[in-house]
Amino acid sequence: MSQLQVIALSCERGGRPLFAPQSFTLDAGQAMHIEGDNGVGKTSLLRMVCGLAPSASGEVRWGGEVTADHRAAFLRDVLYLGHSLGLKDELSALENLHTASVLAGQPVSRAQTLEALHTQGLASRAHLPLRVLSQGQKRRVALARLQLSKARLWVLDEPFVALDTLAVHALQQVLQNHLQQDGLLLFTSHQAVDLGRSVQPWRLGA
Amino acid sequence: MTMRWFYYAAPQTFYGLAGRMWPWLAAIALLLTAAGLWLGFGLAPTDAQQGEGYRIIFVHVPASWMSMVIYLAMAFWSVLGLTFNTRLSGMMTRALAPTGAMFAFLSLWTGALWGKPMWGAWWVWDARLTSELILFFLYLGYIALTSAIDDVRRADRAGALIAIVGAINVPIIYFSVKWWNTLHQGASVSLTRSASMAQLMLWGMLLMALAFWAYTLAMVCYRVRTLIIERERHTDWVQALPDVTGALA
Amino acid sequence: MNAVFTLVVRDLRLAFRRKAEVLSGLFFFVVVAALFPLAIGPEAATLRHIGPGVLWVGALLASMLSLPRLFDNDWRDGSLEQLLLSPHPLGLLVSGKICAHWLLSGLPLVALAPVLGLQFDLPSEALGMMALSLLLGTPVLSCIGAIGAALTLGVRGGGVLMALLVLPLFVPVLVFGAGAVQALDSGLGAQAHVSILLAMLLPAVFFSPWACSAALRIALE
Repeated sequence: MSQLQVIALSCERGGRPLFAPQSFTLDAGQAMHIEGDNGVGKTSLLRMVCGLAPSASGEVRWGGEVTADHRAAFLRDVLYLGHSLGLKDELSALENLHTASVLAGQPVSRAQTLEALHTQGLASRAHLPLRVLSQGQKRRVALARLQLSKARLWVLDEPFVALDTLAVHALQQVLQNHLQQDGLLLFTSHQAVDLGRSVQPWRLGA
Repeated sequence: MTMRWFYYAAPQTFYGLAGRMWPWLAAIALLLTAAGLWLGFGLAPTDAQQGEGYRIIFVHVPASWMSMVIYLAMAFWSVLGLTFNTRLSGMMTRALAPTGAMFAFLSLWTGALWGKPMWGAWWVWDARLTSELILFFLYLGYIALTSAIDDVRRADRAGALIAIVGAINVPIIYFSVKWWNTLHQGASVSLTRSASMAQLMLWGMLLMALAFWAYTLAMVCYRVRTLIIERERHTDWVQALPDVTGALA
Repeated sequence: MNAVFTLVVRDLRLAFRRKAEVLSGLFFFVVVAALFPLAIGPEAATLRHIGPGVLWVGALLASMLSLPRLFDNDWRDGSLEQLLLSPHPLGLLVSGKICAHWLLSGLPLVALAPVLGLQFDLPSEALGMMALSLLLGTPVLSCIGAIGAALTLGVRGGGVLMALLVLPLFVPVLVFGAGAVQALDSGLGAQAHVSILLAMLLPAVFFSPWACSAALRIALE
């Protein structure tokens, strides 16, 4: 059963601890919203959960197994989106999504990719380089990527930033679908988010 | 035995240990240097072919040795640091680097001083001198990399990696330079292989080598203490140190 | 393996859509090779003598110039982070990137050098050896250079710092690469040189992706 356990995870920056050891559990179908002021370490926490940053102490468990010891299995189940979208401007939306899915270990067919882009209203622009798309359209390509992902755990750092109302609704829809399919969601955001179910808030910092 | 090492690997403990050790090491270094120089420049006989100029080997050869040994030490601490993630390893490597670079430079400079009366040129592309030059570049590379990265932890780990990569390459570099040198029939700055290299000469070089060793250890102890204070300045024990209280923000 | 292939194809595609970066590295090689005769004089015997060395140093510098491109763009737009989060072994993915880099920056040098060798009046066997030595040597440059590029990601003064780190490590390849052409020229035969280049190529190809992955993880912590 999918379950994320964070046990006494702490972080050090410049020789001193950034925040006190954090422990929490996230089960299938649950979402957790990490809140806190700027600079308190929200991004660091998310990156430590994914294993991108080393933790000063503690461990992360996925499905009961320590992620540090079973990296590949954990990485197969997790999707992380940070501040940059990880998209290439010179490639088309189709090429970007195809590469991303192969590298994530979950190759998707061309038909599925086109369908996801269609849902995001980008079917007509699927073959154009991302360079010519607007910022909002690029974010929708990232949304399509979320849609196509079969990862159980989604770790999203500020996914709602700089989105207009329509895009916020679209993202909320994608996240809701994910949770309905027993996915897990860990995210940060400065604004209130409506995911159609209770979201566990987690306050970081004093 | 391992527990003792890990105990001393804690910055706080090492600070105390280094503080007690370095004055003694400095004194030993001074004494040995005096003895070595007296032996080398005073007692050792004049060389049959090279005259008085050869005496520079008493500094040149030990300096070359030290530059290579220190680089190996840096590689050793780097491996330790990347494997065990100890904070002290990074500090030791950083403390060793400037001294190693200095010895490499000293070796090059004394090599040139030796070469001038021998070959009439300030620099000859001798295999060993050229390898020493590249070793000097490796030192500079390490120092440049660790100075350029702001984040201390990343700087330590990146430096450790380049030190290890460099150490693996040093024998390859030496071999290739030697090959290059023999192929092009380059000059060779070396000691005349007289029937029996005077015992005195060997003793002289050994004394100087030990002196340089003691000096290195003294400098490393001293530098590591400074690094410890700088990096652990947020801890209680550093704040409580008599020379430090109030001086740090 | 499919993942590595996809990555190589992606990098090649990106380079073809941004041709200027790749081509400027090659033009640099051409320009540098032309500078030496201008500085030293057009005397044929001299040029024939310095030709292999000049072309090898030029190839080295051109490789150096193209190395930052290996990880910089990926790091800036977040795709490097995604690579680190891939379930596929990072070493494999990195070797894919290095392979693509060599195809774009190393292989063209192999083709270009003999052509430039004509400017130095090198005999045809020397031109052939020039190509062979570069064919064996440029992958090593890409491999070792990749480690330097990974270590200096996002660091101030990155390009020059990387050059300082990596050029001393290039010395063996330079010595045996240029030496191979000269040995052929002097009639000694370049068998040994070629064998040694090969002996350097194999460990470089096997170990550098691993060292590179370690460096990338350090850089992205």
